[in-house]
Amino acid sequence: MTSANQIRMPAGGASASPAGPDGAGRASARRAETRRKWYEIIGLTTPAVVIYVMFVLVPMGFAVYYSLFRWRGVGPPTEFVGLRNYTLAFQDPIFLDALRNNAIIVFGSLLIQGPIALGIALLLNRRFRGRAVFRLLVFVPYVLAEVTVGIMWKLLLTGNGTVDALLRSLGMGGLVHAWLADLDLVIWTLLAVLTWKYVGFAIILLLAGLSNVPDELTEAAAIDGASWWQIQRHVTIPLLGPTIRIWMFLSMIGSLQIFDMIWVTSVPAVRSLGASATMATYMVDNGFFARLWGYGNAVAVILFVISFVAALLFQRFLLRRDIQGAITGRAK
Amino acid sequence: MATNRRAGAVLALLMTSVLVVAGCSGGGDEESPQSELYKNPVTLTWWHNASQDGPGKTYWEKVAKDFSALHSTVKIEIEAIETNQLQRTRIPAALLSSDPPDIFMTWGGGEMTEQVEADYLKEITDQTKTEVASIGSPAEIWQVNGKQYGLPFRMGIEGIWYNKEMFARAGIAAPPTTFEELNAAVTKLKAINVIPIAVGAGDKWPAAHWWYNMALRACSVDTLKKAAKDKTFDDPCFLKAGQDLKAFIDTKPFQPNFIATPGQNDPTSANGMLANGKAAMELMGDWNRGTLDTVATDPAKLATFLGWFPVPAISGSPGDPKAALGGGDGFSCSKNAPAECVEFLKYIASPEVQKGYAETGTGLPVVKGAEAGVKDPALKSISDATAAASYVQLWLDTAYGSTVGTAMNDGVVAIFAGNGTPEKVVSGMKAAASK
Repeated sequence: MTSANQIRMPAGGASASPAGPDGAGRASARRAETRRKWYEIIGLTTPAVVIYVMFVLVPMGFAVYYSLFRWRGVGPPTEFVGLRNYTLAFQDPIFLDALRNNAIIVFGSLLIQGPIALGIALLLNRRFRGRAVFRLLVFVPYVLAEVTVGIMWKLLLTGNGTVDALLRSLGMGGLVHAWLADLDLVIWTLLAVLTWKYVGFAIILLLAGLSNVPDELTEAAAIDGASWWQIQRHVTIPLLGPTIRIWMFLSMIGSLQIFDMIWVTSVPAVRSLGASATMATYMVDNGFFARLWGYGNAVAVILFVISFVAALLFQRFLLRRDIQGAITGRAK
Repeated sequence: MATNRRAGAVLALLMTSVLVVAGCSGGGDEESPQSELYKNPVTLTWWHNASQDGPGKTYWEKVAKDFSALHSTVKIEIEAIETNQLQRTRIPAALLSSDPPDIFMTWGGGEMTEQVEADYLKEITDQTKTEVASIGSPAEIWQVNGKQYGLPFRMGIEGIWYNKEMFARAGIAAPPTTFEELNAAVTKLKAINVIPIAVGAGDKWPAAHWWYNMALRACSVDTLKKAAKDKTFDDPCFLKAGQDLKAFIDTKPFQPNFIATPGQNDPTSANGMLANGKAAMELMGDWNRGTLDTVATDPAKLATFLGWFPVPAISGSPGDPKAALGGGDGFSCSKNAPAECVEFLKYIASPEVQKGYAETGTGLPVVKGAEAGVKDPALKSISDATAAASYVQLWLDTAYGSTVGTAMNDGVVAIFAGNGTPEKVVSGMKAAASK
């Protein structure tokens, strides 16, 4: 809304006033201008709205509709079953495993990546030789395609693969595990790979946040006799609050919807036993592979509702101050 | 002027959006009159699964070109798609969208029955009598209620691929013909520190095929036929299959951590283990000759030690010891495909084309006379065993359809992983049938 106001161009005002300088004319000129403003708004937003409706809202509506049918994807859906697919999902122990795995990834990512990223970001924010190289290296895993990373780690972690060989050659043969085959271990292996991949993203966000912390404040604290650690603890980190919260938000949503890495790195058998399934892989396994299209749509709706509610709660309680104005109206 | 220009721009934007949207929903091709063959130019779209570069893919390109050369009115557009994508997403979505390819792959069984019930496939019973007669009983897999809806181009039974050199070293005189002999062979192979059997349990179906074979031995042919038709699995032989499998797994014939081993396509797969001399046996279908070659570091050496024998019998079980599990690949024409599609289907199933297919070594041909093109000794023994089989049961997951099939495979994999039971396989299948 505000953006349309700001794009008002000087040429437009002049050409749109056909009437004379009397009062009625001025009023009609104002009306014409208002009308023109609306044309602009409609014209500029229509393509985006059309695409959003066509490719986001309509498919979502269809997903809800299909989820109410027992439907194998052959012919139109005809067998209405109400909420049966939803009940079936919550009765399936594998789906509950998938929910648990998603929870592990959400909280695991926050608890592991957060401190690591903060530490590395604070370190990389200091001036030292080769800082640019380190910054680059830390960010490389995030830039790689998720599927590439997944296949790479699958090969590294396979039985008697590179990781095992490395451990043995370092005399740590006792640490060798069936990283991707041990049903109790596999989700933690995947969490480690995810951490490796996504910690770079957190670091870059935090570094950007750190560059916004005014030097005056840290200098003032230093003059007051604060140690480096005290400055970080009491000045820098509190000022990083908005950045940290935005990162937490993005990390949480990404973790709830995680699919590619799990799909590529862990094999179908381990997924179908529940050991490494997430809601998204469960949806594809059941929707496409078992051809339970109605059921798959129900799982998609559940995934959407969980992500949506989590996002709303997060915005309501943690992001409220940070996004004031952007969503809730004019700032200040 | 400025306003006009802007209005024009807005209009253009709107028009583009509308066009984009229209483009997404369009595509309903005009149907050509089906009365006279080869009168009007037609384009046939053809979807197959030979997506990896190799003799299979090249051969289909040649077949399409040859057919166009014979009939200048027909143009064939090929799209080669990886099997899972093709079967699970592309074909179902295309069929639903009412703009399916003219000719595409079908595998028979439960899925094909549903496609026929939804009126997606062209019935070709009358046009293909000659081909069906030449193919014999495997053609029945592409029938629904006695009517023909597709023709196979590849068909074979599964059996055990093995390393002859390792068998000789372990002192195994002849390939096992009963499970007792197989167990003895496993013990001998372990004694020379060789992994007896590689199984790609990570992909689920390679593990599940062991259960299928136990079921084939435990169940009578009538029980199997009835189960495929009614999707009822109350016969105790289905429980027996799981118990026999569990007993077999307990003898530890497989490689360690098999639950994460993929089936084929990479050197760490079960396929790769056999191809590169890391394991002595693998249960797999006739296509394995081609896939073993692609993962072998030394294909020439592989050819010297590779052998094949049928799945051993279980003594004293009610199943027919000469029955075998098998399956194939076929093509069907979609309901509204031009009549030329059926002609092309028949062309693919003609002896010359089938012979050329056999020469690619990617699978066994189906029509009489084409087996002359089979050169590989291992494939030859499958070809003979297929001809000698008293009954060929279609892969159970294909026969029962993806829904029951997936539940069945998941249940079997759980037995392999040590947290499933024979009872859970059957109850999972029953639950899936009602899902």
